[in-house]
Amino acid sequence: MSKRKSKDDSLSIGECISLVQKILRERICCQKSNGKPFGVEMQQKHLLELLKRTVVHGESNSVLIIGPRGFGKTMLLNSVLTELLGMKHIKGNVLIVQLNGLLQTDDRIALKEITRQLNLENVIGERVFGSFAENLAFLLEALKKGDRNSSRSVLFILDEFDLFAHHKNQTLLYNLFDISQSAQTPIAVVGLTCRLDVLELLEKRVKSRFSHRQIHLLTSCDFKQYVIMFQQQLLLPEDFPDKSFAEEWNQNIRFLSRDASVEEILKKHFFLSKDFRSLHLLLMRVLCRVTVSNKTIKPADLIEASHLCTMDSKANILHGLSVLELCLIIAMKHLNDVYDGEPFNFQMVYNEFQKFVQRKAHSVYNYEKPVVIKAFEHLHQLELVKPMDGPSVRIQKEYQLVKLLLDNSQIMEALQRYPQCPTDVKQWAASAFA
Amino acid sequence: MPDQTPFPTYMKDVLLRLKKQLPCRDNEVSMLLSLFGEPQHYSYPSILIYGHRATGKTFVTQTVLQELKLPHAFVSMVECFTPRLLFQQILSQLSSLYPSLDEEFHCETLNDFIRIFRQLSTSNVLDQQTVYIVIDQAEVLRDMDANLLPGFLRLQELVGGNITVIFLTEIVWEKFRPNTGCLEPILFYFPDYTKAELQQILCKDRHPEFSDDLYATYINILLGVFYAVCRDLCELRHLAALNFSKFCEPLLKGEVRESDTHKLWRSIEPHLRKAMQTVYLREVSSLQWEMMQDTKEETGYLKGLSAYTHVDLPYYSKFLLIAAYLASFNPARTDKRFFLKHHGKMKKVTFLKKHEKTSNHLLGPKPFPLDRLLAIFYSIVDSRVASTANIFSQISSLVTLQLLTLVGHSDQLDSPKYKCTVSMDFICAIARTVNFDIVRYLYDFL
Repeated sequence: MSKRKSKDDSLSIGECISLVQKILRERICCQKSNGKPFGVEMQQKHLLELLKRTVVHGESNSVLIIGPRGFGKTMLLNSVLTELLGMKHIKGNVLIVQLNGLLQTDDRIALKEITRQLNLENVIGERVFGSFAENLAFLLEALKKGDRNSSRSVLFILDEFDLFAHHKNQTLLYNLFDISQSAQTPIAVVGLTCRLDVLELLEKRVKSRFSHRQIHLLTSCDFKQYVIMFQQQLLLPEDFPDKSFAEEWNQNIRFLSRDASVEEILKKHFFLSKDFRSLHLLLMRVLCRVTVSNKTIKPADLIEASHLCTMDSKANILHGLSVLELCLIIAMKHLNDVYDGEPFNFQMVYNEFQKFVQRKAHSVYNYEKPVVIKAFEHLHQLELVKPMDGPSVRIQKEYQLVKLLLDNSQIMEALQRYPQCPTDVKQWAASAFA
Repeated sequence: MPDQTPFPTYMKDVLLRLKKQLPCRDNEVSMLLSLFGEPQHYSYPSILIYGHRATGKTFVTQTVLQELKLPHAFVSMVECFTPRLLFQQILSQLSSLYPSLDEEFHCETLNDFIRIFRQLSTSNVLDQQTVYIVIDQAEVLRDMDANLLPGFLRLQELVGGNITVIFLTEIVWEKFRPNTGCLEPILFYFPDYTKAELQQILCKDRHPEFSDDLYATYINILLGVFYAVCRDLCELRHLAALNFSKFCEPLLKGEVRESDTHKLWRSIEPHLRKAMQTVYLREVSSLQWEMMQDTKEETGYLKGLSAYTHVDLPYYSKFLLIAAYLASFNPARTDKRFFLKHHGKMKKVTFLKKHEKTSNHLLGPKPFPLDRLLAIFYSIVDSRVASTANIFSQISSLVTLQLLTLVGHSDQLDSPKYKCTVSMDFICAIARTVNFDIVRYLYDFL
């Protein structure tokens, strides 16, 4: 027994790494936060107080949590809910209905979903209801009867709230807010959205029934906090079985966040965006590089991961084009320069290319027109050029007006990186007037 | 990186087998494996793999998933053109992994899909391993319901299980992003093959009767001709397979020895150039091409698809089409000069000073009203033609043949506008059959 225990204390290196991967991946991929959400104590207190009032005192409330994507709206709500459900007297007293604007795309589906989540399917059975509101009222009535002593409160959580505002007549929202204003069943409507102008989407009658309580998650975190956040995401928890490994790992992480090159990379990402999600994207790539033979995270890993994160995808696509397709892009660039961004058709591009072939280059590039058309169509497929009018307009493909979706600097950079780019093509691209 | 086995749980021999099956893709395979992690670990909710056509996106993903025996569903968006088909295919593929669960799923909406998926993943072994859903040709997803793409991107969160969705596409991620944003996937680029890598892969399917070196020479010549135009591995493989018999012909006859590369090159190179103009453009089908090689006919003797442009039209239709062509490609202010008998003197200067940009054969056809078409028609047809219903029905039948197009569908009866959509060669051939010298009437060629 004692032998086993000592073994548990120090796992083999493979098991350690596997465990590290497990813990950190759960943290990064499914947003299982470690500890409390960061820098939102005020908002958390506000929300908790509000929901508690609904559950304990039977007060109906409505609130909107607004914040950009990846700023921890769901995380905040989840931590509040776990705290709430952990309290005494509350657990059996509250029902939670979670709806998502992506899934419940119209009110019928949403109503069915509410019925299902409240476990009322057997009650409703085959009954046909007159109106939507009647149906909803019945649902809540049934809730009241379910518990004889006192009616249970219901928390409605509407994720992607702005999508619900696009439903026809906003019936669901109207009824939910209406019940929160008038009926006796205590409900709380919590909406999560990333649109700042969400109130403008609501109809007047819906808006007037909404309590106008808003919780904004526009974090004002500075770079120092960002580094702490970075650290917090990577640190191993206290209850890691192999103490010495965890110690070593955490030591390394603390050391890492003081490294100058790491700081530079974090700064770059901080300036791009401050949200959790983009940090997670970076960390996921870093984590991928942790293996048995590469036990700790080194600054080089971060540099590599950051490089992968910030790759220009269009440059990548340009890199894989054939020489003929590249020539066509250069011809389009010249047309853009000469005619100041006017749309052009294949015939003009071909004409430009022909001029290059006849005057400047040797005759190797002298391809037949159908071959060039095929190359042009490939560019079309890759969506590097965009047709100006819709597909319904029927015209020969040579004369269809298109626009180039690339920037001049992108083209020139791609030319620099292109493997074995012919010199005359390079010169042609550089010369301002073809 | 490739020499380390990222995860000890994967068998070494599996990794070796992967390496053998997927040449020149070691880096990508190891990246993919490290992203997947161990089967019971979580992986990132969504991965978007982009890269050019035929860079092994589908092949690598599918082989890795199959070799490691990970539970996965593979759907192609071209097949699943409605959401319902998509959902049902994913569900039936996943449930077939567990034969105990065999039922027809009826799900119309994403909501039902998630619900059934939840049931599936809780009642099964599914929840112990990461489930992969691979969506091929994911660019089609953008044109379907607006909630599908964001929904699939955050499937892991919605289902609450261990799921990773992999998107395969040729289009860059920037063109996918919905305007209210979504969960960003991990982007993963499959780089194009370099010339050396193409050569290495193409040499793999060599002919057993000939030596490696000879085939390598052949591939080298082939790439020399086609590489500047085409980097698509599938296309190149197809061309290599088609033309190899022609390449060996002098060898079999005994005219040339294997070591005499220059002579072999001399015999095959013009043949390959011809192939670029015919087989590569699908002018001539592969079967016809092979038959031509077998019968030792002069290649290119056969007429391609584009040689059959000759269309037999009625006499007045021909003139209507010619009139439409003239109306499309000549500016209206020159009509008086071309078609009126007693036109005044033209200023020479306007004809001489023509900028290239203004050439109508560069800009394409211009729309013209019906009246102008008829006026030109009556002036070029010698005999008197009554404007009967026949003439008008011929115009509308030219529209249905797509030789003309109606522009702006606002007014069907009252002064409709048309465009002529035939090529210069086509109209010249037609004009020749009615003895009409069209070039004399075209403003661009004056």
